[in-house]
Amino acid sequence: MSSRATILEKIQFNQPSSVTELPELDTLGLEVFNILDTYKTVLQGIGGHFVEVKDYDAIIDFVKKNYPAGKRMITTIPELSKIATMNWMNVDPHLLENVELTLVKAHFGVAENSALWVTDAILGQRVSVFIPQYLAIVVNKKDIVATMHQAYERIENQVYGFGTFIAGPSKTADIEQSLVLGAHGARGLTVFLME
Amino acid sequence: MKAKIIEHSEVAAIFNKDVKRVDWHDETLWFVREKRDKAAFQIPEWELLRETASKIKNNVLSNIHKYLVEFETNALKNGVIVHWAADADEHNKIVHSIIENHGVKQMVKSKSMLTEECHLNEYLSEKGIDVIDSDLGERIVQLRKEPPSHIVLPAIHLKKEDVSETFHEHLGTEKGNNDPQYLTEAARMHLRDTFLTRKVALTGVNFAIAETGEIVVCTNEGNADMGVHLADVHIACMGFEKLIPQRKHLGVFLRLLARSATGQPITTFSSHFKTPRDGKEMHIVIVDNGRSTQLGREDFRNSLKCIRCGACMNTCPVYRRSGGHSYHNAVAGPIGSILAPNLDMSKNADLPFASTLCGSCTNVCPVKIDIHDQLYKWRQVLVKEGHSPTAKTIAMKGMATVLANPMVFDLAGKAGRFAMKNIPAVVNNSLNPWYKQREMPAPPEESFREWYKKNGKESKDKRHE
Repeated sequence: MSSRATILEKIQFNQPSSVTELPELDTLGLEVFNILDTYKTVLQGIGGHFVEVKDYDAIIDFVKKNYPAGKRMITTIPELSKIATMNWMNVDPHLLENVELTLVKAHFGVAENSALWVTDAILGQRVSVFIPQYLAIVVNKKDIVATMHQAYERIENQVYGFGTFIAGPSKTADIEQSLVLGAHGARGLTVFLME
Repeated sequence: MKAKIIEHSEVAAIFNKDVKRVDWHDETLWFVREKRDKAAFQIPEWELLRETASKIKNNVLSNIHKYLVEFETNALKNGVIVHWAADADEHNKIVHSIIENHGVKQMVKSKSMLTEECHLNEYLSEKGIDVIDSDLGERIVQLRKEPPSHIVLPAIHLKKEDVSETFHEHLGTEKGNNDPQYLTEAARMHLRDTFLTRKVALTGVNFAIAETGEIVVCTNEGNADMGVHLADVHIACMGFEKLIPQRKHLGVFLRLLARSATGQPITTFSSHFKTPRDGKEMHIVIVDNGRSTQLGREDFRNSLKCIRCGACMNTCPVYRRSGGHSYHNAVAGPIGSILAPNLDMSKNADLPFASTLCGSCTNVCPVKIDIHDQLYKWRQVLVKEGHSPTAKTIAMKGMATVLANPMVFDLAGKAGRFAMKNIPAVVNNSLNPWYKQREMPAPPEESFREWYKKNGKESKDKRHE
């Protein structure tokens, strides 16, 4: 008998004889709070920065001012192609090793933990948001939901091969609980909150 | 093959010799517990979340056969290759065969307590495969040839000076530079090269969703993703209890997990892996290794609800003052102590006794496992099955005789009080565990029985006056 069959048979035999009910989730995440303010506070609390912008031109200005010129920047947002390249999406992902800044646009954000939901459709390559030294994510202010419950309602049946919530820059506290930003992923995260 | 297990109390005694360090360890973990509290108190519906998570997991355990088949069907549809491993050995063989099929000798691995449980690294190393753990804490303990001492904070038992020395030896960092920022940067450079050169990446699994066949991996460092997205092959290893029914249930668990673990609102990355990248491979290894047996133990079944947040360790007064290594099990602390006896009763018979049964673990558990009740119940099982140490059995039998016989009890009390008063050296010595780290109290002049004989009648008379 295969291990699959053995395991499943043993589970069938040992699991409780009656199935317990799944709880309703409808009563969760209904607390009312200021979504944008909470988003900003939580993001800063976990080491991220936010910049409120009117349009993509404002983002271009900010990037020009705050990130070193001459370093490699990549994006999947056509409006930002003046400052970042878009011809990297089909290359060997290892070739993204020297990227300084990746700019992508999130589907939506979550106020309670400042996480941003991104999937294959907007990543260009899965590694694009993990490999750069710095990361910038654009999100529309109106696309921020309150809690993770609304987040999964919003994802619903979205089709993706890979998706991730990103909350703040990569970090570790593995050495004596001292917080260090920039473990393996981005050393810094800027969130552009767009009108 | 394996070294003899040294009991929890013995290792804990060694750990306690360095008083300052134990205090530091204790305070560091309590600090994490306090961060958890702060995060939890910010969610008004925290208790409802715990209750909901508990109910979802109860449903999973009661219907896991169906969910597993559903998960497998959907994962296969997603283009994932699914393997089933009855035990640790089969798990290790499967992983090795995947690596071998790709003709490589190296693998990068993010945190997976299951692979610790299965001793995968040792197995692969014997087969000539070089495994590099990419979580910073795990890399530190791996370089030191130690197991992780905590499931979330693998190097929590080490001070920055220890890490500095290890990195100086293995990564060539400056001797005596103890700056965590500097040391983390050195590890970042070292591991970046690893990520860029490995063809096979192994990860654990935090949650597996039956409805969609996808798996979710949570990290702060981004190491799981760096490994997987740059490799040709992704191997994800999971105990079958990681299943949850639907994607929307993640809303509950992702709200609880990081807050319970470290007090963060969520981990930096919560990655949902559904299909492999074009032309690449993704494998999921579903492991039993004793879990189906635990499922059949009604009293201990719900230990399988655990989501590995580590909150029970951070709050445990025994864990904090004995260290993770004293539990000689991949999962330490209270939860480890109720999981381990299922794996091997005789080897782990000491663990359910490494607790004060204070119940703090149960109070912080995000999925409401009755951990301290199970610790107590394991004690009954272990003693009944003859796994209690001989000295303890004799002592318990002796005590039972004394307590069952009023004359003997009286005599023993008198002898005890006489000895404490006149020959204190009999009790004030290192052979007496009650004398460890504390003074013995002054002996009372008389026992309560003696006092009552004298005064009980008097006060009775008074009341009748």
